[in-house]
Order: sequence, then C-alpha cells, then structure tokens
Amino acid sequence: MKIRALLLLLLWPWAVSAQGFAGLGTAAEGFAVPERGVELHFPADHGAHPDFRIEWWYLTATLDGADGRDYGLQWTLFRSALKPGEQEGWQSPQIWMGHAAVTTPDAHYDTERLSRGGIGQAGVAASPFRAWIDEWEMSGDPLGAMRLTAAGPDFVYRLDMQAKGPLVLHGDRGYSVKSQAGQASYYYSQPFLHVSGTLDLPEGPVAVTGSAWIDREWSSQPLSDDQTGWDWFSLVLDDNTRVMAFRLRGSEDFTSGTWIAPDGTATPLANGAIRTTPVRRAAENGPEVPVEWHLEIPSRGLDVQVSALYAGAWMDTSFPYWEGPVTVTGSHAGRGYLEMTGYR
Amino acid sequence: MIRAATLAFWSHWRRHPVQLLTLVLGIALATGLWSAVQAINAEARASYARAAAQLGADKFDRLSRSDGKPMSVAEYLTLRRAGWQVAAVLQGTLRVDGASVTLTGIDLVAAPDLPAIAEASADSRIAPLDALTAPGLLFANADLARALGDRPDLPPVIETALVPPRRILTDIGTAEAVLNSTGQISYLLVLPDQPMGRPPLTEIAPDLTQEAARGTQDITRLTDSFHLNLTAFGLLSFVVGLFIVHGTVGLSFEQRRPLIRTLRALGLPMRLLMRLILTELLLLALLGGVIGLALGYLVAAALLPDVAATLRGLYGAPAEGSVSLRPIWLVSGLGMAVAGTLLASAQTLWRLSRLPILAAPGKHRWSARPRAMRNQLLIGLAIVATGIVTFAVADGLIAGFALMAGCLLGAALALPPALAGLLVLGKQMARGPLAEWIVADMRTQLPGLSLALMALLLALAANIGVGTMVASFRLTFDGWLDQRLTSTYYVTARDDAQGTELANWLAPRSDAVLPIRSAEITTGTYPLFVYGIVDHDSYRRHWPLIAADADVWDRVMTGQAALINEQMARRDGLWPGSTVSLAPGWEMVVAGVYSDYGNPTGQAIVALDRLLAHFPDVPNTRFGVHLPADRAEQQAEALRAAFDLPPGAVIMQQGLKAQSRAIFEKTFLVTGALNVLTLGVAGFAILTSLLTLWSQRLPQLAPVWALGLTRSGLAWLELLRAVTLAAMTALLAVPLGLVLAWLLLSVINVAAFGWQLPMYLFPFDWVKLFALALLTAAIAAALPMLRLRRLPPAQLLKVFANEN
Repeated sequence: MKIRALLLLLLWPWAVSAQGFAGLGTAAEGFAVPERGVELHFPADHGAHPDFRIEWWYLTATLDGADGRDYGLQWTLFRSALKPGEQEGWQSPQIWMGHAAVTTPDAHYDTERLSRGGIGQAGVAASPFRAWIDEWEMSGDPLGAMRLTAAGPDFVYRLDMQAKGPLVLHGDRGYSVKSQAGQASYYYSQPFLHVSGTLDLPEGPVAVTGSAWIDREWSSQPLSDDQTGWDWFSLVLDDNTRVMAFRLRGSEDFTSGTWIAPDGTATPLANGAIRTTPVRRAAENGPEVPVEWHLEIPSRGLDVQVSALYAGAWMDTSFPYWEGPVTVTGSHAGRGYLEMTGYR
Repeated sequence: MIRAATLAFWSHWRRHPVQLLTLVLGIALATGLWSAVQAINAEARASYARAAAQLGADKFDRLSRSDGKPMSVAEYLTLRRAGWQVAAVLQGTLRVDGASVTLTGIDLVAAPDLPAIAEASADSRIAPLDALTAPGLLFANADLARALGDRPDLPPVIETALVPPRRILTDIGTAEAVLNSTGQISYLLVLPDQPMGRPPLTEIAPDLTQEAARGTQDITRLTDSFHLNLTAFGLLSFVVGLFIVHGTVGLSFEQRRPLIRTLRALGLPMRLLMRLILTELLLLALLGGVIGLALGYLVAAALLPDVAATLRGLYGAPAEGSVSLRPIWLVSGLGMAVAGTLLASAQTLWRLSRLPILAAPGKHRWSARPRAMRNQLLIGLAIVATGIVTFAVADGLIAGFALMAGCLLGAALALPPALAGLLVLGKQMARGPLAEWIVADMRTQLPGLSLALMALLLALAANIGVGTMVASFRLTFDGWLDQRLTSTYYVTARDDAQGTELANWLAPRSDAVLPIRSAEITTGTYPLFVYGIVDHDSYRRHWPLIAADADVWDRVMTGQAALINEQMARRDGLWPGSTVSLAPGWEMVVAGVYSDYGNPTGQAIVALDRLLAHFPDVPNTRFGVHLPADRAEQQAEALRAAFDLPPGAVIMQQGLKAQSRAIFEKTFLVTGALNVLTLGVAGFAILTSLLTLWSQRLPQLAPVWALGLTRSGLAWLELLRAVTLAAMTALLAVPLGLVLAWLLLSVINVAAFGWQLPMYLFPFDWVKLFALALLTAAIAAALPMLRLRRLPPAQLLKVFANEN
C-alpha cells in the first residue's frame, strides 16, 4: 500500500469500505459529525470545514459546442483530513485532491492533482469564494457571477458562469441521510448555473454554452460498512425542473433525492421513492457499468431513459470511477450527469 | 543389469576417493569463483537500481536556482499555480555516529510513488498520518536504521532495504524539522504529465534552471567497466576450473576402460552405458555446483564490503556491503556447473562412445603430432586476428573486451605449439641420452599437460596485465594528486557573505588564497563544470597538462583561451587549437588539456573574470589556501573557531590525499585477491593433469627405470619437467601480460572512463611472478613425484608383463 494510495482511500470513501478498510469509512475518530437541525450559514459554509473528515466541491456541466456537438465537463476538489484541524506548513493534516475531465461524444480526457493544505497550494476561501488546487480555480459568487478553469495533459477549459437561481438544500435542510443506519452528510447544491466559455482539446478549441451544477458535501462518516458504491444522477429537464437522485448499493439499496422546481423549491424524495433499473451495460475503457438506465419517480410522474453521451467516460484516476454527461428521454426530456462508483 | 553396472561404476570412486574429491572440487572451484563474481555484480547492480528507484529522482528533470541557493515555498507555489507539476525536495546532511548521511525529504503527497516507501508502508502498515505529520517517519536501510534508532532527537525509523546505504528518505515536512531548514527547498522534480498551455519557465521563474534527468546512465557507464573486469575474471576462473574437471574426467575414464570393456563384453548396451555415465556426471556436477555456490557465497561475502567501498568511493555508486541469495543466482550457478562439467567431459565421452568393444586399455595414444600442433597454432592466430578485426571495425568497451578475449584465447591455443617448438630447440641442444630422453618425454607429455599449461598461461598473463595496470595507475594517480592538490588546505563557507569574510581573514595570514568558483552548465546530454581561477604560480607549475599550446597559461589568464579535461577532449575530439562551446553564446579556444582522473563529467578552466562575465552569480564559498605546512593545522583550527565552521568545512590536503589513496587501494584489493585465486586454480589444474597422465606414464618410465635410473631419480626428473614447462609458459606469459596491460590502460580505460594512462613496467614483479609460477608447478608436481618415489618396483615390472 502506498502513501498516495492510502491518501486516496481516505479521499474516496466508497473505495475505503470496498477495500475492506472497515472503520476508516464509518468511524469518526475525533472528527465532527453532521447533526440534524444544524442550520447552514452562507457564505461561511461555502468554505472548508477542516474538523470534518471529508468534503468536496463538485461541478458538472452539460455543454453545447459551437461545432454542434455535445460536451460535458467535471471539476472537483476533494478535501480529506488525516486528523481534525488545520496547521501551517508541510505538516498540515489536510490533503486536497482535484479531478477534472472533459467528455465528448467519442472521447474522455481526465486528470488528477494532489496537494496538502498549509502551504497554499490548494484550499478554499469562503468569502469571496475561491476554491483552488494548483492553477485550477473555481471562484466568484455562487449566487452571481463565477469563473472556472482547469487543465490537463489533453485539455484546458475556461468558463464564465452565472447563477440563475438559489442554492438548494438537500434532505432535511441540508442534512442528507445516506443509509438506513443513519450515516449522513451536509449537502447543498447550486444547480442553476448558465455557462459559456472555451474548451481547448487535442483537435482544437471549441466555444461552448450550457448549464452547470455545483454540489457541496461534507461529512466524517459518509457510508455504512456494507455499502459498496453508488449511482448518482443530476438531471436538468427541459421544463427547467432539476432532479437529484442517488442509489447507494449495499446489502439493501438506499435511495434518496431531491425534486427541485424551476424556482428552486426543493422537495426531498424519501428512501424508496426512486426506482433505478440498469437497461444496457458496456465496458468501454473500464469495467462493465450500466450506461443506460430506466429511472422512475412515480410520485412525480417521471419515467425516463437516461443514456450516456459516451459510454467510456471512466475517470482514469488513482481510483477509477465513471462520470459523464447523459441525455434524458421519455416522460420528460433533458440532460444531466451520471456518476457510478464501486463497479469492478 | 542397471544396478550391477551402477555398482561396478561407482566402485571406481570408492577405490579412488582422492580423484572423486578432485573432480568435485574442480567443479566447485569453477562454479564458486564464477558465482562469487556474479553475486558481487548482481548485488552492486541491485544497489544502483534501488538508488535510482528510491527517489525516482534521477528519472526526472530537476529545477533549481541558478545561484545554488535553496528555493522558498513561495517559489514552489508560483510554479504550481502556473500549472507546472513539480514535487519539492529538501536535501541535507545529517551526522550519524560520526559519519555524514544524506537525508532526502520529498513531498510525499505530490511526488510519484516511491518504491521504498510503498514497500515499507505495506510491510509495517504505516498510516499517512504518521508519515506526513509530526514527528514523521524516517526510512533507512537496516544498518542505518539501527544507528538512527538510538537517537531520541530523531523521528521513528522504518527499516527498508529499498533505501540505499547512508541515505535517509522522508517527507519534506519531517526533513524540514530534522534539518532545521523550515521553508527551504533544495530542488524540484519535474513530474510527468504536465498540463496543456503551461507557460515557459523563463516567464514565471527566470531564476530557476532546468537540469535534464541524469538517469543512472552515469553510474552504469562508469561501473560497467568495473563489472566487466570482474566478469572477465570470473570467466577466467571458470575456464581454469574446467581444465581441472577435464583432466579428472579424462583420468577416471582412462582408468575405468578395462571395467567398461568388461561391462560391454557382458552385454551392457552402449546407450545404457552412456546414460549411466551422464547420470553420474550430472550428479557430480550438482554436488560440485552446490559446494561451489556455498564457496561462491563465502567469497562474495568476503569481498563485497571492499567492492562496495570501492564503488562508493570511486564512482559514488551506492553499493551495499552484504550479499543476499537470489534464486536466479542459485539456478544460474548450478546451470553453469552442469554445463561446464558436460563441456569439460565432452571430449572424453565422445572418445568413449566410439571405442571398439574390445579395445585394449592403456595404449599410447598421446604424442605430439606435428600436424595437429600446426593446426592449433593457426586456429590460435586466427582467433587473435578476429579480436583485432572486431576492434578495428567496432568501437567502445565491448570491442575492447573482444580484442582482449581474442588475444588471451588465441595465445592460449597457440601455447602448446609454441612450447613444442621450444622443445624442438631443446632437443637440438640436448647432450647425452638422458637429456635427450627428458626433452623427448616432455614432448610426449605436452598434449596431456597442455590444457593445464594454458590455464597457467592465462592466470599468469592476467596477473601481469592487471598488476601492471594497477601499478601504472597508482603511480600516475599519485603524481596527479600531487599536481592537483597543491593548496595546503581547502575551506568551504556557508554562503557568499561568509566567503568574503573568510577571504579577508585569510589574506594577511597566508601566502595565497585561491577562490574555487564554478558554474554547472548543461549543454546537450551531460553536465559541464566551468571553473574560474585567478593567476597563481601553483597552477602554472603543477597543473597536470597532457597537451598544451605554447604560452598556455598566459593565454588562459588573459581570457583568450580555456583548458578542458581529458574526458571532454576525448569525448568531443577537442584538442589545443579547437574551439569549445562552454555555454550558449560562449565559445573559447582550447589552449590545453589536463588529466582529471575519476571525474565522469566534462570540465573546463577559464580566467575568473571570464566566468563572472557570463555567470555573475556563481557562489564564492570555496577557497584553496597556501601556506607553509607546519602552520596549516594551527591556522585551520583558528579559522574554524573564528567562523564557527562545521567539521567538514576545512579539509587538509594531506588528509584528502590519504583518503584518495585509500580508496584507490581498496579498488584493487579485489583484483589482487582474484589474481591469487586464479593462480591457485591453475596450479590445481597442473596437479590433476599430472595425475591423469600418471597411468600412461608408467609404460614410459618403466624402461628408463629398467635401464638403471633410480625411482628417486625419476621422481626428481618428473618434478624438473613440470617446473621447466611452467617456466617456459611463464616466459611466454610475460609478453601476453604486457599486451593485456596495454589493452587495459590504453583501450579499455579510454573506452570506459575517457582517460588514458601511461604504462610503466615493473620487471621485479615479473620475477616474483615467475618464481610463483615455478613454485605452483613444483607444488602441483610434488604429489605425483612422491607417488613415484614410493612406487613398488613390482608395478614397474608389471608394465613389461602387461605389454606382451
């Protein structure tokens, strides 16, 4: 086991439990634990919470290229604490990891960054909001104008973003339950971003416009022992409704989600309210994963097919997972992002 | 049938236990020396590989400040925030038990996976928390880990075989604390997979220079020659050992011929017989091989500490001093034993397989046939010619070794014809029947002894060749040290400011203070060090120039020309009058070339102001101080006290020279040991050959005995013959040894290191070796001689009975 690999295990909670590191993923060991009823405060909660073990700033975007093709991109900053609290210098216990990717209808480019806190190479400031690792940066006002940049060996992207709606709190006012046993995280989103910018790809630059969705989550005990991975959907429907839905796979599946009206009004979807059924599987660039799903939310009359834009959207990072843009057809039309972890 | 035949076969060994011992020992010696050398080579190479893998450091380009000062974390961040994927390294030295060890702190989060830490982490289940946060962890090999374990001021130590000796690996955060250099970075590793659109270095960090990955090429190239030398020695020992096997196997079958005839007459098929013989040889080979491996392990374990010290001292190659058993080594050692035994027995087996069923044993089948001798001479000369052609066509180290192998092998093959020729001369000079008989008998013996004599020739030639090289090297090296190290002592300051203070303090107190300032410039593939010097008599008088224009020093000191070292001159074909490019846009005329032993890199010397014109920021921290030797120690002490200098900052010339010489001697200790061993093996080969000849000798000796010569007289004559043949071989070995020495000094050295050494001759050493060869032959002949003295006359009489 390598130091880096161990770090990644810490950063990658589902890998932790899947790798049999019982305890690491579930025990809090001096870290703060999410509590129901705690009110989230902004802009403070846009920033880092070093007393919690893990945290992420997760942006996905579905894009229309000026060349008429569909694109998707991802920008993620993970934080993982070796122990609670922050310290100046190289001996900081805070470890940061960045993932960035661009997906086209026939290719997927990704890259990974690692840094520790304490020296300024990576971090997050709450106000004015700025999240960065190396030269990658997401900054601005999550309720106003924002900027986003990242680069890898095969791509560079620069986007301007404009919020067109409010922040959305998931679960019980931001307290999102993740298992029957009660594991939970704080979880909110900004799903109403309009974006425009440029992707530099190996075949040349392309101007893009589209919509983006930021997820913010932090916790110290995200999964229970038996949970091996998850399937997570963020969908933007043509009627401007947003749907967040996920299924945690374990000895017993656990589903949860949020129905977000165009004005931002959020309604939690309780365990069992969502039905996900794999329709077609593919093993492109990685293990076999469902790349076409049947997604049903009977209470909302949603009955759609969700299909990957590119079946090979595997993140070729230290711990591989599938993350890519999807199109929605059926009772509703739209686009979105799908993340699948723990497949092997 | 099989059982009976096997029992009959083995009964031979029961009756001749010494022969069995000889055979097994021969195989063991051949395998042992070969395996020892293999083990040493494998161990050293594994050490280099470990060192290379440890940092991965040498795989990556490096960024460092042009002025040699440490970088700040802010500079690291500037690069990172511009997209440059770099990993910070802080390196320093730590005193442990009075010796300095290198501590390397790497940013373990940003750096690529380091095998040492990966493995140690797997074994000891290290959590990132322990490695990355205070107090941190140190990774070191077992020896160093033990020494570090006693230090309460240091973080816990994790033992791993993957970190080279005298090095400590750790996280940069831990290194900062241990080295007390918070916020400092020695250099940055440029990682693979840089992002698109990264700005150029000149735009974001003009103070930094990028140094190309240095790889392990330097060490590999340098040490290749050393290892090739050892391999050549190992192969030589192997071949010599095979001569013993050949002799013993020949003898045993010669003696078993009556038995074989009986068995075949009784109906034992030839194929079954051969199968039995092969099985027997295989078992003996395995037995000998196992003993040989044990022997090889012991020899390697005994020699390795010196080899490691040599490699560390001479080349800076991180070799370790302990042997570990590798499966591949065991398998290849046994394989060599079996293959060697079969090879050495091939001739005997071939002859046996074609033997008519009822062939009579003990016929004189050996005699010097002029035609065969001439053919052998021609083959020998052809092999030498092949070596020369290979060298003429190809270049480099391998071609040099091909030439060497051709000369040695060809000369060995040509030895028996040459000896036969000498004996023809001897016959003409012989007066009286006894003398004529002695010479004639020697010629008869020659084919049987020729393999052993070849072994002796090779051993002697190797001895002379390597001895001449070492001694020539020693003389040259000593002279060179005296020329190069002219300052009374050398002092290194912490930084430029202290350097200036030091120079000011020293100026009124010494005869001269010479700054030693240099810039490392990477042009093309290898680094070049340019030194700037000020004019001083010590340079003009002592500097070891091997080629120079007239008024060379005046031209260098007035900035018109440069001096370069021999390595660079030979590599780039630059000699006085050529133009050398020192840095982009800086060309100078070469006025002279100087010898620079032991340095793998290119080096040039220019006037100091010329260097400063191109590199104004070169550090000014090192000085050579000239003053009368009797005041040196006292002044050095005062200097240390006045500036609170660390112990390594002042180095006395005498100590430096002594240290250099000690390293040199260690280098060649190994070759000395191998020399003695090969000579011993050659002596053993003579012994076995004589014993083999024994049974054939009786029919030749019996008539002479019957004519009135006593057994004792005959025995002395046996001794005389062996010693005479050895003496003749030794005489022929001298020119061969000198050719070998020339090859080593002027061909192999130039190809391997880029410098040529003058050859000095040491006739007294040859005389010593000559005596040693005679002694070896005498000792080898002593046993057959004693046997002859004690031979019951009845046996000699029986010869006549058997004849008819």
